[in-house]
Amino acid sequence: MLLAIQLLSVLAHSIFATIQGGPDMLSRRALFRAAATTMVFAAPRLAAAQAVGPYALPALPYAFDANEPHIDAMTMQIHHDRHHAAYVANLNGAVKDYPQLATLAPDALIARLAEIPETIRSVVRNSGGGHANHTMFWQIMGGKGGNPSGTLAAAIERDLGGFEAFKASFNRSGAGVFGSGWVFVTVSREGKLALAPRSNQDTPLMDGGRVLLGNDMWEHAYYLKYQNRRPDYLTAWWNVLDWSKIAARYDQAMAGTLGV
Amino acid sequence: MAFELPALPYSTSALAANGMCQETLELHHGKHHNAYVTALNGFVAANAALQGKSLEEIVKLSHNDAGLAGVFNNAGQHWNHIVFWENMSAHGGGIPGKLETKITEDFGSVQAFKDAFKTAATTQFGSGWAWLVLGTDGKLKCTKTPNGSNPLATGEGKVLLGCDVWEHAYYLDFRNVRPNYVDNWLNKLANYEYAAAQL
Repeated sequence: MLLAIQLLSVLAHSIFATIQGGPDMLSRRALFRAAATTMVFAAPRLAAAQAVGPYALPALPYAFDANEPHIDAMTMQIHHDRHHAAYVANLNGAVKDYPQLATLAPDALIARLAEIPETIRSVVRNSGGGHANHTMFWQIMGGKGGNPSGTLAAAIERDLGGFEAFKASFNRSGAGVFGSGWVFVTVSREGKLALAPRSNQDTPLMDGGRVLLGNDMWEHAYYLKYQNRRPDYLTAWWNVLDWSKIAARYDQAMAGTLGV
Repeated sequence: MAFELPALPYSTSALAANGMCQETLELHHGKHHNAYVTALNGFVAANAALQGKSLEEIVKLSHNDAGLAGVFNNAGQHWNHIVFWENMSAHGGGIPGKLETKITEDFGSVQAFKDAFKTAATTQFGSGWAWLVLGTDGKLKCTKTPNGSNPLATGEGKVLLGCDVWEHAYYLDFRNVRPNYVDNWLNKLANYEYAAAQL
């Protein structure tokens, strides 16, 4: 189902790309409506609001309780259905009068913040960043933790001092984010890894980088279960990672095909 | 002398009927605020230039100094939370006549003030604060600051009210719905007697 949504998302964006600059807004909207309807059919959990506008809330690729007991089902539900949905709705609202922007995939959109009209730039930065970051976040979880393997494990050894040292420095970096933000690992086209903390919904994608993985340091990501104990959340989070998904992202980064 | 966590001016259950539950206050005061005080004392102990300075002096001198970002964050949050506890009340929401007159003069109406405050509070992206301040021009205005910053640091005026919009201030009571938290705060929790006393 996730693959179908990704394909349809690509389809929706390519429809926009094909008709970019075209004068006929009605047919453009009709085309998108058709694509959006198909998406709703493919993924019945999508709410109506998500079909309005070019950017869509991706369905969570697993059940709300899939990350229990480390991340509780209530947190997952509110985080995905409310917080992420709000970023998507706000992003769609910001670009609704700028059809040429709406042709861009989320990562391409936020990589061009300097070109975004000033009146919507901060909404695109905050909500576009929020959309990209959360889309990545859902993808890499839903697993059982464990250890990375293969070329990714070798890269972690080479660039981040090994898995144990990496986890410790990642957790320190996350604990050091003051207020809302994220801690990411960036991956270069050559496969080089680096830690990158950011504030609010900023992301290395805004600087032309690529994100291998990241953990959400906003209090909404952990407050219901961990309250003020962010370090405990950081420690527990490793238990829900899906290293096969992260390894696939690593391969995509080096192939130049990794999106958000 | 080390900075200290002030006692709450009411019990941790005192605001529960007004939309701020006991667990929120226990965590917010006993854990979050306490952690800022502890961290600030750690910075002061390690930096002779900060020793003997008042909290206000530390907030001002560390503002916009990248090398003192940690100091500013924790000193600012200590100052902000001292205001926050004082400017809430189990009998909040009622605006004394003197302040109402000033609000009406400067905003047009009480509702216009509440709308302006709510806009500041809901458009502060991520963690931060919304404020009612008396500007240097003698007029009231609503403003917002990110994370641990405040009008003392920015020089935007004298603080009459400060509302914490970090998620930890409202997540147990209102989840993701910050606008409802702010409405409730203005109508049931804000201590306008405190605000009026600052005029």
